[in-house]
Amino acid sequence: MGLVAVAVLVYAFLHLPILVLVAFSFNASKFSAEWRGFTLEWYHRLLERADVIHGLEISLVVATASTAISAALGTLLALALARHRFLGRRMVEGFLYVPIVTPEIVVGISLLLLFALLRLPLGVATIVIAHVAFSLSFVVIVVRARLEGMDTSLEEAALILGADEITTFRRVTLPQLWPGVVAGALLAFILSFDDFVITSFVAGSGTSTLPIVVYGMARRNVEPSINAISTIILVVTTAVLYVAERSLVRGERSSPISRRSA
Amino acid sequence: MSGARRRLLAWLQRRPAARAWALLGPGMVWLVLFFLLPLVIMAAYSLMPRGTYGGVQPGFTLEHYRRFFDPLYLAILRRTVVWSVGCTVVCLLVGYPVAYLVARAGRWRAVLLFLVVLPFWTSFLVRTFAMIFLLRDGGLVNTVLLRLGLIDAPLTLLYTPFAVLLGLVYGFLPFMILPIYASLEKLDPTLLEAAETLGATPAAGFRRITFPLSLPGVVAGCFLVFIPSMGSFLTADLLGGAKQLMIGNLIQNQFAAARNWPFGSAASFVVTALVLVAVITYLRVREPAADGAR
Repeated sequence: MGLVAVAVLVYAFLHLPILVLVAFSFNASKFSAEWRGFTLEWYHRLLERADVIHGLEISLVVATASTAISAALGTLLALALARHRFLGRRMVEGFLYVPIVTPEIVVGISLLLLFALLRLPLGVATIVIAHVAFSLSFVVIVVRARLEGMDTSLEEAALILGADEITTFRRVTLPQLWPGVVAGALLAFILSFDDFVITSFVAGSGTSTLPIVVYGMARRNVEPSINAISTIILVVTTAVLYVAERSLVRGERSSPISRRSA
Repeated sequence: MSGARRRLLAWLQRRPAARAWALLGPGMVWLVLFFLLPLVIMAAYSLMPRGTYGGVQPGFTLEHYRRFFDPLYLAILRRTVVWSVGCTVVCLLVGYPVAYLVARAGRWRAVLLFLVVLPFWTSFLVRTFAMIFLLRDGGLVNTVLLRLGLIDAPLTLLYTPFAVLLGLVYGFLPFMILPIYASLEKLDPTLLEAAETLGATPAAGFRRITFPLSLPGVVAGCFLVFIPSMGSFLTADLLGGAKQLMIGNLIQNQFAAARNWPFGSAASFVVTALVLVAVITYLRVREPAADGAR
């Protein structure tokens, strides 16, 4: 019983702050944390703010570009690790975990040093480069998990029946692998869309992403507009996460292989 | 099928390693250029004299590492380590019961697990802002306490060590719950049944079977919480105000206001080194434990 009480408190602690934040994005009072009635005013005000709209645009462009690159490179890496034995495989595996455990601030400043050394102007390109560097490993993990759960007999059958390797990959491997690629890509999208720390070092002055705009607002003063943007960010990431989860679950069910072996 | 494509496939067929590296190539090049090389540059910068307008001058110096032993910076390092350890301990104490419960939740398991994972994917910035919204003088906690008549004047909650610790726990708790859950879920229930049949009390069963077998998860969770707290920057920045600096803030400051890139690099390198030591220790601890579990 005591255990349940602890769990209820922990779940409340994990979720209530966010729920409160969302609820008060609809609160009519500007300053106080008391409920003064329902309003959509703060959302309307966001539409008038050029910096917020611009930030959202930059964030979407960056997230889309970095997701496409991460998904492509990550899938290839996952294929190599799951399907091939080669010298240095364990080293590559270990190396892929390093970006995940390296503190974001270290990744951010080291990239800033590189870009400064190369005299590369900070902008959308540098943000995309950075986002791919930190989201690639996550894609590899997700895609690889899917690959290891896949039965190889269909591929073997295709090869025996005379399909070459490229055809086999395109017509047999990729359709089965697709849910994993989609899920990995969506997670990369969230990581990119949400990132603040690394982006703050590699973004130029005209290329502030949405989180950077929000940070600037949150540092100055606490106003309900920030609750409104936060709510929008939460809705986007939760929706993307939900689609990713569905993609993986549906992939499991629709695969005739996994059903047969289960 | 074109002749070139056939020749390429035939060539790759003879060289399995070349095939693997063709797949690895693009991703590895990206990571080497944009992850590893920057770290090498950072390490080099930390050993070079400071340039006049930011940047560095050619030369070699240990001055930036020596500066770390200045009491001011040592205090920041000590505070970072103390808070990270504190955060880890609190996360373990509250996270373990939750993981234990979720692992035995039956049909609710998927939902409860999803609710632990969800914050992990929610913007850290937004969540930190949610903490500000609750803790500030006119925030919800104070408003509620004032309304209930429990306090007469708003408590100062924001910009205190308490706020930073709370923010760190809030941010990293899912990292503790998930690996502990993973190891508890794998636990063979027949072991506990056997213990019970042999007369062990539930408490003894937990102490002698469940807990030891969940240790790999506990160790993993501790590292997954300790490492990001050591490198955290946003939490102390937004919840701690100007007086509660952690190493992350010190590093950021060297690149923003102070423009002392080599010192910032040195501080950053110290954090990276601490993290690497932690990871290597973890891998050493995990390998035999994993073998033992099998």
